[in-house]
Amino acid sequence: MKRSFWGRFLRKRLAVVGAVLVMALILLSLAAPWLSPYDPQIQDLNMKLQPPSASHWLGTDEYGRDVLSRMLHGGRISLSVGLVAVGIALVIGVCVGAVAGYFGGWVDQVIMRLVDIVLCIPTLFLILMLIVFLGPNLVNIMVIIGLTGWTELSRLVRAEFLTLRHRDYVAAATALGASHRRIIFLHILPNALAPVFVSATFGIAGAILLESGLSFLGLGVQPPVPSWGNILTSGKDYITQAWWLTLVPGLAIFLTVLGYNLLGDGLRDLLDPRLSEGEPHA
Amino acid sequence: MLRFLIRRLLLSLPILVGITIITFGIIHLTPGGFTSVHMDMNPNVSPDSVARLQALYGLDQPVPIQYAKWFGRLLRLDFGRSFLDQRPVMEKITERLPATLLLSGLSLLLIFGLAIPLGVYAAMHHNQRADRLITVATFVGYSLPTFWLALLCMLLFGVVLGWLPVSGIRSVNHDLLTPWGKFADYAAHLILPVFISAFGGLASISRYTRANMLEVIRQDYIRTARAKGLPRTRVYYLHALRNALLPVITIIGLALPGLIGGSFIFETIFSWPGMGRLAYESAMNFDYPTIMGVAVIGAGLTLLGNILADVLYAAADPRIRV
Repeated sequence: MKRSFWGRFLRKRLAVVGAVLVMALILLSLAAPWLSPYDPQIQDLNMKLQPPSASHWLGTDEYGRDVLSRMLHGGRISLSVGLVAVGIALVIGVCVGAVAGYFGGWVDQVIMRLVDIVLCIPTLFLILMLIVFLGPNLVNIMVIIGLTGWTELSRLVRAEFLTLRHRDYVAAATALGASHRRIIFLHILPNALAPVFVSATFGIAGAILLESGLSFLGLGVQPPVPSWGNILTSGKDYITQAWWLTLVPGLAIFLTVLGYNLLGDGLRDLLDPRLSEGEPHA
Repeated sequence: MLRFLIRRLLLSLPILVGITIITFGIIHLTPGGFTSVHMDMNPNVSPDSVARLQALYGLDQPVPIQYAKWFGRLLRLDFGRSFLDQRPVMEKITERLPATLLLSGLSLLLIFGLAIPLGVYAAMHHNQRADRLITVATFVGYSLPTFWLALLCMLLFGVVLGWLPVSGIRSVNHDLLTPWGKFADYAAHLILPVFISAFGGLASISRYTRANMLEVIRQDYIRTARAKGLPRTRVYYLHALRNALLPVITIIGLALPGLIGGSFIFETIFSWPGMGRLAYESAMNFDYPTIMGVAVIGAGLTLLGNILADVLYAAADPRIRV
C-alpha cells in the first residue's frame, strides 16, 4: 500500500532536519520582540565587546549592544527578504511561464526569447547595478532580488503547462466555455505547483544567502537595522578580539540556508514522480 | 552542422542587442549619475561646470541618441574610454578577463572531478549511509555563505598558520621570481579561492548526476548489461554514466554567465583582479562605458558558450541532430 505524503516525508530524515530548522527560525523570528532580553538598538559602551556570559548569552558588539537580541531581530529581516523576494519572483515567473506554455505558438516564442535575453545577463551583475543606482534599502533589496530571480521559475512553469494543456480536463473545461484565465489559474496551475513549490524553497535559501553577501559589501540592509549579513560584516573587523561576532551570524545564516535546502531537496524527491520509491534494479 | 551554427549565431545578435538596451536603460533611467557622484558633495563646483562636464561626456543628450551613438561606436568595436581613468574599456576588460576565466575554469574542473564520481557513488548506494553522507556534505558546501567560509579560511591558513597568501593573484615580489617561482606563486594564490568556490558548487552537479543515474539505472539496457554478467562498477561508470551526464551539459550552459562574469562578492573578498571586481568598481563609480563594456563582453561570451553547449549536447547524444 502506498504510504501517505506525511508518512513518506517523515521517513526522509534529512528533510525532517531541514523542516525543523526552518520552523525553528520562523518561530524565533516571530517571537523576537518577546524573546529578546534587550532592545537590539540600545548601546552601552561600558559593556562593549563582552564575550558570551550569563547576562549576554551571545556576548555584545562594538557598541555594547546585545548580540542575541540583534540576531533575533535580524532573523526577521533576513527571513522577510527571503519570503518577499521569492514571492515577487513567484508571481512574475508563474504568470510569464503560464501564458507562454498555455498559448504556445508565437506567444511562446516571443516570451521565451525575451526570457533568454534576461538569462544571458549575469544575475549578480544586474543586481549590483540596480542596487548601486537605486540605493540599498530593505524594500529595494527585496524587490531587486525578486525581479531578477523569476527566469528559472518561468521556464519550469512553461514546461509543466506545455504538457498539461493537452489533458482531457482542459479540453473539458474549454468545451464548457471556461475563460482562458479560469483554465490557467484554476484548472492547470494547481497541477503544476509541485515543482514550483520545490524551486521556491531553494529560492528562499538563495535570497537569504544573497542578501548576506550584499551586506558583506555594504550593499545590503543598512545599519542600524540589524540583518544577519550586516551583523557579520561589522563583526569581521573585530574577528581577532571578538570571535563570537563573526561566528554567530555566520552559523545562523548557514543553518537557515541549510534548512531550506534540505527541505527543498526532500520535497523534490517526494514530489518528483520519476523518482518513485523502491531500490534500483542493478 | 554549419547551417545550425550560422543560424544560431544570427539568432544571438538580437539577444545581444536586447541586453545592451536593458543595461543602457538601467544606467540612464535611474536617479543619480556620474556627475552627481563626483560633484554633488563639492561646494566649489558651480552648476555651470557640471553642465560643461555633462556636455563633454555627451550626457546632456536624450537617452536614445546617446544609445545610438554608443551603438554606432560598438559596430566599429570601439567600447570607448573609461570615465574613471580615461583608459580604453577594451584594455581594462582584456586585462581582467583571464583572471576570472582562470579561477572559474579551475574550480569548474575541480567540481566535475569531484561531483560526478560522488554523484555516481551516491546513486550506487541509494538511500544507504554513503548516499546520506555525500548528500549532507555537498549540501553543507552549498549552504555555507562563501564569504564567511572565505573569511574563516583566510584567518586559519593565512593569518594563524601563515601557509597561504590571502588576497590578490600574485605576490609583491612576483617579478623577481624565477619562472618556476612565478608558477608556484600563482598556484599558492589560487588554492583558497578555487577550493572555496568549488566546495559551494559541488552540490548541484553531484545531485543532478545522482538523480539522473537513479533514473538511467532503471532502464532495460542496464539490466541487460548486468544480466550478461558485467561487473556492477563497469556497468555504472561505462554504460549508465554516459547517458546520465547529458542533462549536466545544460547546467554548464546555465552556469556560464556567472562563470564569465565572475562573482563580485567572491572577487572582492579575495581582492581578485577579475571581471566581477571590475563590474563592482565601475558600478560604484558610475563609469558608464566600462559597465556597458562588461555587459557586452560577458553576454557575448555567454551566448557563444550556450551555442557550444548545444553542439556538445548533439555530439554526446546521437539521437539529437543539429
